[in-house]
Amino acid sequence: MTNVDSIDVPNADHKPAQRNEPEVVLSMQGIHKRFAGVPALTNAKLELKAGEVHAIIGQNGAGKSTLIKVLNGAYKLDEGEIHFMGEAVSYASPHHAQMAGISTIFQEVNLIAYRSVTENICLGHEPKRFGMVDWRKAHAHARETLARFGLELDVERPLGSFNIAIQQLVAIARAVALDAKVVIMDEPTSSLDEKEKEVLFRVIKELQASGVAILYVSHHLDELFQICDQITVMRDGQTVDQRPIGAMNKLDMVAAMLGRDPEEIAKGGATNFASTGSSSDEVLLSIEHLKGAAGLKDVSFNLHKSEILGLAGLLGAGRSEVARAIFGLDHDLKSGKMTLSGKEVDFNHPIRAIEAGFGFCSEDRKEDGIIPQLSVRENLTLVLLPRIAKYGLIDEEKERQLVEDFIHRLGIKTASMEQPISQLSGGNQQKVLLARWLVTHPNILILDEPTRGIDVGAKGEIQALIRRLADDGLTVLMISSEFEELVEGADRVIVLQDGHSIQELANEQLTENAIMKAIAQ
Amino acid sequence: MNILSMVSNLPGMKRKAHSSRQAEGVLVALVVITLFASLRYDAFLSEYNIMTFLAYNSMFILIGLGMCFVIMTGGIDLSVGSVVALSSVVVAKVSEYGIEVALPVGILVGVTTGAINAFVITRLKIVPFIATLAMMLGARGMALVISGNQSVDVSWESNFTQFGLGKMFDFIPWPVVAMLVAFAFCWLLLEKFAFGRHVLAIGGNEEASKLMGLEVNRTLFGVYVLSGALAGLSGVMLASGFGAGQPLEGLGWELSAIAAVVVGGTLLTGGLGSITSTLLGAILLGLIFNILNFENGLGTISFSAYWQSVIRGGFLLVVVIIQAKIMNRKKAHS
Repeated sequence: MTNVDSIDVPNADHKPAQRNEPEVVLSMQGIHKRFAGVPALTNAKLELKAGEVHAIIGQNGAGKSTLIKVLNGAYKLDEGEIHFMGEAVSYASPHHAQMAGISTIFQEVNLIAYRSVTENICLGHEPKRFGMVDWRKAHAHARETLARFGLELDVERPLGSFNIAIQQLVAIARAVALDAKVVIMDEPTSSLDEKEKEVLFRVIKELQASGVAILYVSHHLDELFQICDQITVMRDGQTVDQRPIGAMNKLDMVAAMLGRDPEEIAKGGATNFASTGSSSDEVLLSIEHLKGAAGLKDVSFNLHKSEILGLAGLLGAGRSEVARAIFGLDHDLKSGKMTLSGKEVDFNHPIRAIEAGFGFCSEDRKEDGIIPQLSVRENLTLVLLPRIAKYGLIDEEKERQLVEDFIHRLGIKTASMEQPISQLSGGNQQKVLLARWLVTHPNILILDEPTRGIDVGAKGEIQALIRRLADDGLTVLMISSEFEELVEGADRVIVLQDGHSIQELANEQLTENAIMKAIAQ
Repeated sequence: MNILSMVSNLPGMKRKAHSSRQAEGVLVALVVITLFASLRYDAFLSEYNIMTFLAYNSMFILIGLGMCFVIMTGGIDLSVGSVVALSSVVVAKVSEYGIEVALPVGILVGVTTGAINAFVITRLKIVPFIATLAMMLGARGMALVISGNQSVDVSWESNFTQFGLGKMFDFIPWPVVAMLVAFAFCWLLLEKFAFGRHVLAIGGNEEASKLMGLEVNRTLFGVYVLSGALAGLSGVMLASGFGAGQPLEGLGWELSAIAAVVVGGTLLTGGLGSITSTLLGAILLGLIFNILNFENGLGTISFSAYWQSVIRGGFLLVVVIIQAKIMNRKKAHS
């Protein structure tokens, strides 16, 4: 297996060709895109010059991916114009865009793992002789292309036998082989380690030097300062800011992504939402040096009895991973110490966590929350079922009573308990999922984005419900991207950054500005 | 009361709006064909025809019921036809000890193959299609090895053949009784037990089921063991009713079972299904054969078994297309 460490990369640290006015290779103007009537992009714009590395940043759902997909033809735009090399263009698919000179390197490398490196680089434009592929020429061409990045690989080996970093570089080599003018990279460093990142950055600089424009999407703000020239900030489907990197610091970026005033953040501590004080100082759950799947590196905190503890951080900071690790998911990747009421615990299956009194409402209601084909009643009692069954036979009377009780208590709006859950509104679905856990009388409830994608009215109801539950003695660990929600709802907030717990905020320190400041540190 | 509202009042259909919609097609077809056949053939509604028909089709209904559970989890069990053959051969060998021994042995054969299927699927993480395909070949091979590629005569001295040929109260053939018991068992399991609910949850959204701490593997285990057990029982019926363990029988039965489940409106993607409509689906497919036999008897047409299969295939397609149309229209309405 070839390792990136062993690759000798020439120092490609030279500056892009000096030109007085670099030409604009790509311009997107007035881009609108709606999904089923819901606007995903509203008047978005983008201008890309030759030889620049241009970053797009924004929170989850800001429209970065949609913008890229509109550009490379994965989505059809509703309104707007795209000019590439001075011509109005519109691509039917990413393949067409690639052939025209706009290549996209996806998060998950989308090449053919069991074909050779050469085939992956040359696929679709193989050198031919007498109508047959001239392999000798193809291999030479592949080697030559890779050599431009100082990569020396056995090009006849299947791509899948190389690690993900190499595969990504091969994907970039393919783009170069296709004479790309624009290369789009969507979170290219998400699965790379530090060494591999360095190699990637050098390749990016090499590309840049040869006049290729690079569109770079990343959640990792720090790396932008290493390689980017321009920053475009997106928020709620709009491009809200575009500046050279030199004119921005991290605080500005965070502020622009969230739509806040950076000065206000810098001042900090201007407002204070006092907690209701239901929490005690008794430590119920203590997490020490938790490490786990995908970007969860070192997280420690204490969860007090009947408090609402918030977990804040940008996407990719490891918030959901903390929840999953506590709940006994991804157990093979986990390390660290968990103490529940003074006793060390280690759940290797969600069942163990549930037995210990945990509940977990996951982030994505549709993907891993509801069972769409089942009714409200059936969805609500799935976890509880073994407890209201005798020898496996469900006590239907009791089930109906409980469901009716919870529909009433949580104000779930449904025609009847027999209605398929998929027909309920997002807010009511979420209430059913909350009820699914509440009916089991948990001690600790983990809520991952409990109000995401829910209309304002239902949102307030759910927040009030969570508060009420905590006042009644439930301990809540709440993950949220919305800082207002954390500040108003939580008693304390732990700020996560890049898989580490970096700060704890409570009482008068707990403000939106303080959270933002901590994230931008 | 029209047919459609009758369907939604059948037991087990009231519960799930989707299932009742899907079952409409099969019930309409069943009623139409029964009416047609009872007018055209004098003997069609005779006690003899009905009982013979049900006794023969009990084997298909049994494996259809098991298949229904498997498909509701989003899986498939291709091994049932071979397991029927294996079970028939094994029980023929022990038939001299009587049905009291043969029946549990036959079911045990099915439980064993089902447990192996489940182990391969849940522990070795092999997809059900491949895992049960391997068992389909393996069980068939075992049947041929045990029987020496010959049908195995059963003992006529013991009460073994009474099961396949005798009747309860001189009226209902024992295979029909066994089938009805299995049907009731499966219906209760799906409608009244936590197990059934978990089956639907896993088929509907496996990731969510895992996050809820449901015992996904244990449930899948139960489902494949059930499917195997019913195939084993079906094998006992085969040996007992035809007086021989038959290593080459059951070819393609797994596909008939899948057809019955699909005709009954259960989605191959899982998460949805109905035991009652699977029963109806199996009966409907059986009826096609029954009617073709009557036509052959009348001498109006003369179809070989090969042609019957072609016709059945065409019919299956028609029913499924009609169902899809009904579903789409309903969807457009709601």
